[in-house]
Amino acid sequence: MATRPLPQEQKGERKKPHILDRPRTNDWAQPQAMAIPKTGYFRREEGRYGPTYPKTPACYGFSVVGKVKAGAEQAMRDYGKKIEDAVKSDPFILAPLQLHYLRWILFDIGSGLHFMYQGIFDTDFDKYIEDAIVLFNQSGITTVFTNLEGWPEDWRTNVPAVAKFFREHQCPSFLEYGEYPFVSAGEVKKALRVKQALSDMLDQMQ
Amino acid sequence: MLELEDIQHFLISRPPALTARYEFLTFRRPPGGRAWLKGVLDKVGTANKVGSNQLDSRWVTVAFTWNGLQALGLDERSLTSFPEEFRQGMAARADILGTTGANHPKHWVGNVASPDLHAIVILFARNVAERDRCTREHQKYLSELAGVEVLSSLDLEAIPPFDYAHEHFGYRDRLSQPAIEGTGDQPTPGAGPPIKAGEFFLGYLDESGEQPPLPQPEVLSRNGSYLAYIRLEEHVGTFRDFLRQHGDTPQQQELIAAKLMGRWRSGAPLVLAPQNDDPALGADLQRTNDFNYGTMDPYGYACPMGSHIRRMNPRDTVENMQRRKMIRRGGTYGPALPENAPDDGVERGIAAFVGCASLVRQFEFAMNVWANDPHFKDLGNDRDPFVGTQDGTFDMTIPKRPIRKKITGLPAFTTVRGGAYFLLPGIRALKYLATLANGS
Repeated sequence: MATRPLPQEQKGERKKPHILDRPRTNDWAQPQAMAIPKTGYFRREEGRYGPTYPKTPACYGFSVVGKVKAGAEQAMRDYGKKIEDAVKSDPFILAPLQLHYLRWILFDIGSGLHFMYQGIFDTDFDKYIEDAIVLFNQSGITTVFTNLEGWPEDWRTNVPAVAKFFREHQCPSFLEYGEYPFVSAGEVKKALRVKQALSDMLDQMQ
Repeated sequence: MLELEDIQHFLISRPPALTARYEFLTFRRPPGGRAWLKGVLDKVGTANKVGSNQLDSRWVTVAFTWNGLQALGLDERSLTSFPEEFRQGMAARADILGTTGANHPKHWVGNVASPDLHAIVILFARNVAERDRCTREHQKYLSELAGVEVLSSLDLEAIPPFDYAHEHFGYRDRLSQPAIEGTGDQPTPGAGPPIKAGEFFLGYLDESGEQPPLPQPEVLSRNGSYLAYIRLEEHVGTFRDFLRQHGDTPQQQELIAAKLMGRWRSGAPLVLAPQNDDPALGADLQRTNDFNYGTMDPYGYACPMGSHIRRMNPRDTVENMQRRKMIRRGGTYGPALPENAPDDGVERGIAAFVGCASLVRQFEFAMNVWANDPHFKDLGNDRDPFVGTQDGTFDMTIPKRPIRKKITGLPAFTTVRGGAYFLLPGIRALKYLATLANGS
């Protein structure tokens, strides 16, 4: 027998994965907040490697928390400089991940040093993980996650194992807010390019 | 080097067949399944033989579902070493693939969503007479065996005109075929470099430069591939009505058809022929793929971002394209609907296989992200017009100066009527399966 039953069809409901019941996804001018259940999603929908997390007014994202291996703090901190240099030498090195922001945080909560990796991006969780593995394999930069307990040794070839690690260490938000909700980084950059082009045009009119 | 003598021909070469038959089998008892396999082994075409003998008139391929491997008596340790998506099967992954609503597995025909589906035997034949002869032979063979039954079958035939491959909507087919490193095939201009064999066959280096872990034992998985089967009904009447509704003249209707696909029905790509059809270009495999999007059509004025070919192969406008390539096989079923004839309600469509080394990374990614994500390339409310899940609430955006054209309420031109995931084993693996003891 197959290990998973057939998904139940939801009658009369338009299928629109990752989008909540009535989000005003095209209303960038009106800030929105969204309270999220403890599970991290409103209705369980299967993604390729597990349940999907919804797109919120703050776009897609994650907050992954893991325990740092003993003695690895300096390696973690050195990694920060490595990424800074990599982005300096190729500003678009992280472009495949379709990011808005990334934050790397180290903190001790009394049970040892922990690391939090917070990302906001415009692609779904599973695609982010696949792209990140390819990126790290291609660039020769190893991932900071190798300094965490439980990180799969065969991460370079075992995407499902990495996806499992991310899901097990993901701390879903219970509230997310967007000042310009649901807007992708591409749209933000497009708007800034239009502004720049208009500014250039006005300069030429002087 | 690829072990061509151990790889089934199916994904390597395309034989000169005008007809085909798919038979979906169930094994009521493991010994029956193994006996059946033993008897068909010598008929399965290998990659090094098919194509070398132009006198052949039929070509046989055999593949198994995960339930089928279990039904043959494969042990639990081996069964659990297969990837999750293959173990679950296509029907259980409906949400991921977008096979919802009218496409939902509960509506599928031929019992292919049932856990009783264990194997498929794919017959390609040069003509109908040869297909019928082979069918009779197989029926006779099955009648001599206990415990193997045909759940359903599907006959396929090329549709007129026969001088080029095309499907029921009239689009030229078989325009792109990934060139696999190690086969000696050279990619056509514009198709990118040859792709590492590990993207399609298990046991080889893939585009990551690594060799992914193999399901166990290795003899079972090496030189194998995964197949995603889809039976896609094409609503030809709906499609033609749509073209008439959105184009006043035949020329305008052809342009709308081209914008949906990204190519004219002749096969000529819009990036190279944006205003008028160019049938000679469409038929010329040395030219018809020689384009990119990033520099030649960055805003989609020629080929819309949401068109089928731009979604299914975004070429230079996405990362890691070499890791998303797939090999497609299959053909058309059902009678052609004559031009200007009203829809007759007869089911017709494409029954195709997508071959790859990772269903989740290649096939499911394409369906989940490229075909069905409404926000693909910042579109917002569009899905692939042919393989995306359409229910009349999505749009088709066509970039155009000065203002883009948006067709709202795109109808469903297709409906998924069946599907399954199969392992296409190598020849040594078939022999291994045929000689299994129960639970070994």
